[in-house]
Amino acid sequence: MPDTNKGPGFEIVAREDFSDVTFLLEIRHPLMAKAARPGQFVIVMSHAEGERIPLTIADFDRSRGTITLVIQAVGKTTREMQQRCQVGTSLHALVGPMGVPSHVGNAKKVMCVGGGLGVAPVFPQARGFKEAGAFVIGVLGFRTWKLIFWEDRFRSCCDELIVCTDDGSVGVRGPVTEGIKRAIARHPDIGEVIAIGPPVMMKACAEATRPHNIRTVVSLNPVMVDGTGMCGGCRVRIGGQVKFACVDGPDFDGHQVDFEDLTTRLRRFAAEEKSALERWSESCRMTTQLERAVVEPLALPDPFDEVGGG
Amino acid sequence: MAKKRTIRTIPQERTRAREQDPRERAKNFTEVTCAFTVEDALRESERCLFCPDPACVEGCPVSIDIPGFIRKIGDKDFRGAYEVITDANLLASVCGRVCPQETQCEGPCPVGEKLEPVAIGRLERFVGDLAIKERWTSVPYIEPNGLRVGIVGSGPAGMACAADMAKAGCEVTVYEAFHVPGGVLRYGIPDFRLPNEVIDAEIDNLRKLGVKFECNTLVGRLFTIEQMIGEMGFHTVFIGTGAGYPKFMGIPGDSLNNVLSANELLTRCNMMGARDPGHDTPLPLGRRVAVIGAGNTAMDATRVCKRLGAEKVYCVYRRTKAESPARVEEVHHAEEEGIEFHWLTAPIEILDDGKGNVRGMRCIRMELGEPDESGRRGPVPIAGSEFEFEADTVVIAIGTNANPIIGQTSKLKLNRRGYIEADENLATSMAGVFAGGDIVTGAATVIEAMGAGRKAARSMKAWLGIRDTETVYLPERAAGAARLFGIDVAEKNFARVRVA
Repeated sequence: MPDTNKGPGFEIVAREDFSDVTFLLEIRHPLMAKAARPGQFVIVMSHAEGERIPLTIADFDRSRGTITLVIQAVGKTTREMQQRCQVGTSLHALVGPMGVPSHVGNAKKVMCVGGGLGVAPVFPQARGFKEAGAFVIGVLGFRTWKLIFWEDRFRSCCDELIVCTDDGSVGVRGPVTEGIKRAIARHPDIGEVIAIGPPVMMKACAEATRPHNIRTVVSLNPVMVDGTGMCGGCRVRIGGQVKFACVDGPDFDGHQVDFEDLTTRLRRFAAEEKSALERWSESCRMTTQLERAVVEPLALPDPFDEVGGG
Repeated sequence: MAKKRTIRTIPQERTRAREQDPRERAKNFTEVTCAFTVEDALRESERCLFCPDPACVEGCPVSIDIPGFIRKIGDKDFRGAYEVITDANLLASVCGRVCPQETQCEGPCPVGEKLEPVAIGRLERFVGDLAIKERWTSVPYIEPNGLRVGIVGSGPAGMACAADMAKAGCEVTVYEAFHVPGGVLRYGIPDFRLPNEVIDAEIDNLRKLGVKFECNTLVGRLFTIEQMIGEMGFHTVFIGTGAGYPKFMGIPGDSLNNVLSANELLTRCNMMGARDPGHDTPLPLGRRVAVIGAGNTAMDATRVCKRLGAEKVYCVYRRTKAESPARVEEVHHAEEEGIEFHWLTAPIEILDDGKGNVRGMRCIRMELGEPDESGRRGPVPIAGSEFEFEADTVVIAIGTNANPIIGQTSKLKLNRRGYIEADENLATSMAGVFAGGDIVTGAATVIEAMGAGRKAARSMKAWLGIRDTETVYLPERAAGAARLFGIDVAEKNFARVRVA
């Protein structure tokens, strides 16, 4: 089993678990905290043999000298991070801030839409617009009340906040587009919409705003290797043209994005991801069984319980 | 000393380096060409005529004293040979492997007029490898001058520039966006051509000169070039970020899954360890791979795919073998390893399997047309010659465009195509900032980038007011008598001159 993340690298100074699958890491990097702007992302390698994965910067704190990432444990790499990335450990590599920062324009009224994991990265944009003097409407979508996080943060920078849950357990019942419809009905003068979340959701948002002709910016998160424009793995189609999300984006005009192409390209390694996760889950099960046999059970909550299903 | 050598007295046959058997090596990532043995090197060194006016030195972009080091080999003073090479080039092991010697030093070698030229590249590699094995380093006495130099990019241009600036006494920091230094040497050139240990050794040599490497640092975004020469206090900055923004074909099917740039393929394999099951980065190829393009990168891509287990690897190029921009040796090695070449063939469409993956490719046959004004015969499609073949993966290796990050984040003047504009001294539009390598010229070779790095270093020393020791002690290298003892007679000002 590979060694833990002790030693040189980028230190994790805080962690918060929002749910079984979503967790927050705060990482010390004063220079990056200073440079980061809303809409930018980082590339992370949790250990030397790991993948380089892009993650949007969810927050940055210049006084603490930290950046915040919110991660959803869905594949092998992110689940492994959920297990390994504890306070006091380090990430093997962290590079950024990457991408063209979001254009915080002078729109008087903006709507910031975040769905699921997209809730976190839309936060700096909401705050940025608020600081620029705009009227900010926040629309957040979650599956259910248990998964809600950062409501307080959004309340502090939004003039209006609409929370949507798929099961209706809190706020508006239905997807974020329900919230968008309500907001547009109440505020016909919205100048710009920022939508971040899974491709399906961003597509739906773009479709919801298209008839109203509201400029809609989406943040794309395709598969990347270097994040510096060197590999072209993250290419997306925007208005019929090929762009690299890492250096030409990640923000693009939602009405121009070819979402079908994006979804297809996101499935590029589906088979490899699945088998990697299966292999990893299996090895985890074996190690835990081994550890259980030898060592006393740890006081920590066992992260393998959720993974067990593989 | 023995009698004067002539073309008739030297060994007539060029010494061959042993190569791994093609069938065997197509399955592994171990180096293809084995090193010269001591006997090989001694024998080959006897083939040098020690021309009084050596054409090979002229041909070398970094002007290594080639007859000088070959003479030392002949005297069995290998350490001395290493000193001679490192005088001009800190990366002997790298250059001995990847330089296109046939067009540089070995091309104009007079021995080559009657026989085959002296195997300069192999001899250089022999010396460089021996140095790594024996842990020789050539660290000269360096008097620190307190000047700080920032270098953007740890590829060949940045490494060469760093070496020269560190030797001049500057405090050098090299920034690299990836998590390991080396640039294209690391991510681009596969292990069977340039083993990672060689790059590690060369980087260690730079560290011994006092060069600091800062990885995980994306200059432009983490801090800008302006910040480097401003608040960060660098006295001069060199930009060697490379071209790297891969071109795609612009044909239907371009964005299908399993269509990838050669850069992505090579990075996944060489740097991210995709070939090793212990690493997480995936690289599924399927059974049949088509590589489009016939440059050195394309050759590397074909041979990597073969080693990763592809049964059929095709190389598709719209011109003929003669026009292929790759080194002769690389094409030859690829052929030996069973790569199927389709010359005079141009792709017109990448075919979809209905699920967003590659099913195959539609191509058209070409013929060479009339020579254009540059004398090059351009390929012309043959009407009605379209055909299809099956492939699971298509690798695009048709070159790169300029990387936009520095342009996006600084006020540096770019040219029409997005490359950084630099004058003949490699100075950019911003005072104190120099640039060289692919980000100025567009895609070229490793040694050309290194040459640019050294050229920029000379300009940077002049900018900092450091007298170039080379110019001081080798007045005969200056053009005519205009520059004696490093003092340019054209200099008619009272600007401060710092002596290193």
